[in-house]
Amino acid sequence: MPRKLPPEMLDMQRQIETYARAAGLDMFDCYYEMLDFDEINMVASYMGFPVRYPHWKWGMEYERMSKSYEYGLHKIYEMVINNDPCYAYLLESNAMTDQKMVMCHVCGHNDFFKNNFTFQHTNRKMIDEMANHATRIRRYIDWYGVELVEAFVDRCLSIDNLIDFNSPYIKRKRKEEDGGTTQPPDKKRELGLLPTNREYMERYINPDDFVASQKKKLEDEAKKQKRFPVEPERDVMGFLMNHAPLEPWQVDVIDMLREEAYYFAPQGMTKIMNEGWASYWHAKLMTEKAMDSSEVIDFADKHSGVTATSPQNINPYKLGLELYRDIEDRWNKGRFGKEWNECDDMAERRRWDKQLGLGRDKIFQVRQIYSDVTFIDEFFTIDFCREHGFFSYEYDRKRKQWVIDSRDFTAIKTKILQQLTNFGHPVIRVIDGNFENRAELLLEHTHDGVDLDAGYAQDTLRNLHAIWSRSVHILTAQDQRRLMLSFDGSGFHERSV
Amino acid sequence: MSLRIQNDHARFKDIVRGKIKQNLKHYIKKGELIGKQGKDKITIPVPRIDLPQFRFGDKSKGGVGQGEGEPGDPLPGQPQDGQGQPGQAGQDAGDHGLEVDVTMDDLADMLGEELELPRIEPKGSKLVTNKIKYTGVNTVGPESLRHFKRTYKQALRRQIAMGNYDPMNPVIVPIRDDRRYRTWKVETKPQANAVIIYMMDVSGSMGEEQKEIVRIESFWLDAWLRRNYDGLESRYIIHDAVAKEVDKDTFFHTRESGGTMISSAYRLCADILDAEYPVADWNIYPFHFSDGDNWSIDDTRLCISLLRERLLPASNQFSYGQVESPYGSGQFIKDLGENLGRHEKVVLSEVKDKDGIYQSIKDFLSAGR
Repeated sequence: MPRKLPPEMLDMQRQIETYARAAGLDMFDCYYEMLDFDEINMVASYMGFPVRYPHWKWGMEYERMSKSYEYGLHKIYEMVINNDPCYAYLLESNAMTDQKMVMCHVCGHNDFFKNNFTFQHTNRKMIDEMANHATRIRRYIDWYGVELVEAFVDRCLSIDNLIDFNSPYIKRKRKEEDGGTTQPPDKKRELGLLPTNREYMERYINPDDFVASQKKKLEDEAKKQKRFPVEPERDVMGFLMNHAPLEPWQVDVIDMLREEAYYFAPQGMTKIMNEGWASYWHAKLMTEKAMDSSEVIDFADKHSGVTATSPQNINPYKLGLELYRDIEDRWNKGRFGKEWNECDDMAERRRWDKQLGLGRDKIFQVRQIYSDVTFIDEFFTIDFCREHGFFSYEYDRKRKQWVIDSRDFTAIKTKILQQLTNFGHPVIRVIDGNFENRAELLLEHTHDGVDLDAGYAQDTLRNLHAIWSRSVHILTAQDQRRLMLSFDGSGFHERSV
Repeated sequence: MSLRIQNDHARFKDIVRGKIKQNLKHYIKKGELIGKQGKDKITIPVPRIDLPQFRFGDKSKGGVGQGEGEPGDPLPGQPQDGQGQPGQAGQDAGDHGLEVDVTMDDLADMLGEELELPRIEPKGSKLVTNKIKYTGVNTVGPESLRHFKRTYKQALRRQIAMGNYDPMNPVIVPIRDDRRYRTWKVETKPQANAVIIYMMDVSGSMGEEQKEIVRIESFWLDAWLRRNYDGLESRYIIHDAVAKEVDKDTFFHTRESGGTMISSAYRLCADILDAEYPVADWNIYPFHFSDGDNWSIDDTRLCISLLRERLLPASNQFSYGQVESPYGSGQFIKDLGENLGRHEKVVLSEVKDKDGIYQSIKDFLSAGR
């Protein structure tokens, strides 16, 4: 059973939050709960939530975590949920210094959840919502049987990365047409011709070829209106929810899972920023305020573990933390703007310090209005890249091993951005919901240099077919060859296009 | 305490079980399980159990790291599949293979279900195990078994009934009649014991591949029989022109050469049985594997008479597996078939290659003896 904090730790929490607020962090109220290993593994398997719908994938995750904990491969220190109030979990057996550090870390996350723009649309009562979803899915299981419901949930989860991650932040749909006018259609206005009262000028103001081209445009537009969907749709999950032949309970299930996918999306879009921010603050609060001298070694040990770098992948904690520090330093010293960018005298650059002291304000602004992609794009500079020894690596098919590919700044940055774009998932859109005029589903993968995994693609097509219940196709490319993969219910086909 | 996740965990295990069953044929053939055997659990690599999504192929993706090294150097510590994607949400599951622990009993059950093997009805239930179970309470007994709680309750009840219980000063003094003692029952359970005697021809004509087949097959036979008998003993005999008893390790790894006198093994087997495993108390399963090449017709005749007179009367079932080898004539199984083919305790099976193991196990075990 989760336990509330013992009084001395409540004091600790109050103290740390006072420090955090004084430093400028703006947080939701936070509740901590103490969990033992099994419980924390459970909650972590549920992705931080105490109650989730029944599904074997949590069990798999639990098995994996318990095992790797048993073998001493990993240990979860903390978990925190984007919710108002914010909930965080502490591992009961952790040393006091660890708990302190975790609390400081949580303050960072909490502030980030509350203030970063990507989280603004998320449901801040998600704990309740998740529990409601669990209840509803449990009820469907009671009604329709576990096999049926679970199979459908499996299929939905198989496409839950096919949502429009950016849709909460932009209006993509074209404006609804103005409501029905009673006026006769104004041909001129419809064609987008320029107004003139002088008939003799007509031919000069709206020359014939212009009229012809406008007419063609209009016709194309009309053709497009008949297309379905009108614009390619990135929210594949939503499209299926609205247009696939589903039972009402299935629509409800897909709706819930889609909502959950949208809820988790910002956490994927801000992994580096979020973890970096939390690490920045645990380091800052601990070293400047919360820690006493007896705890320095333990803290340093844990902190260096969290921010260790690896040749195999980027540690988001480390990258984020260093970027914030770099930004703070640069804005403190005025190392930004046209003058700085154009200065190529190394000696001068090294000396550059305008004593602006804008660093703190800048990082608070950054944590509010950036997401990982824009964060890296703007602040991952060539100096930063060199200083921290980044490189990119590739798979060498001849030597059958991974090799360091280059230390070229542009290549590295491109690679990082590529990994971050769309969450590191392929961009896939619905092109046609009535393909070949047979109500078949046509998707398109926007190929940007990396092929889809063929085995996974087939299995996913199979699942899509089960939802759409007619043939499904996806346009993609493999080894530089454009092709269309199809599944018609009995077999897979591949053809070049 | 039970956690909410237990249901999901159990569900997951069910799915894994299903997957293992589905792929049992493959596992049987491969023999890769044998090396992963722990004390009573076995670690099985299960093919991908996950939710497929459109995702990038790993190999063409590459990644970014930090540290020492020049372009062209191999990456220190090759990345595991599924790593190198910092943009991913939270805790992604390990992507590909999954290793699960299954108890040998479970595995044997799956084998049984998959091959539709009948349960074995053991003979000889004279050996009895006694187990003491505490089943109730009594008013008499030794002090060492006094049931404190029940005694206390009895005394409390009596004192309340007599009206000399004072809640303000709750002193309970039990008297002789209040005393309660645990009593026990001796449960007897018939125990069926079984012994498997593996015999293998290790003459020059039995190659590595043939031995591997024997190894895999005996692993599964062992698993199934162990599931059916509480106490299972295994004995191992190798033979070329002479037979000797060896330990398990030697059995699977020796390479001898020389002629083949199968009768030597049968005689040794019969001697062991006579000396240590009285027919009445033991279920006896001799298995013999060879490539079917015997030294002489005379020796084959001797084998048949040994079987008839000594081995078959003692055994539940005598199983002969003939592994195909490029050097063997494969004559022995024909001779056995002609002379003992109709004997109900004799099962003959030919194993052509690893694919044949599945069918052969089925041949041996489907009689349910």
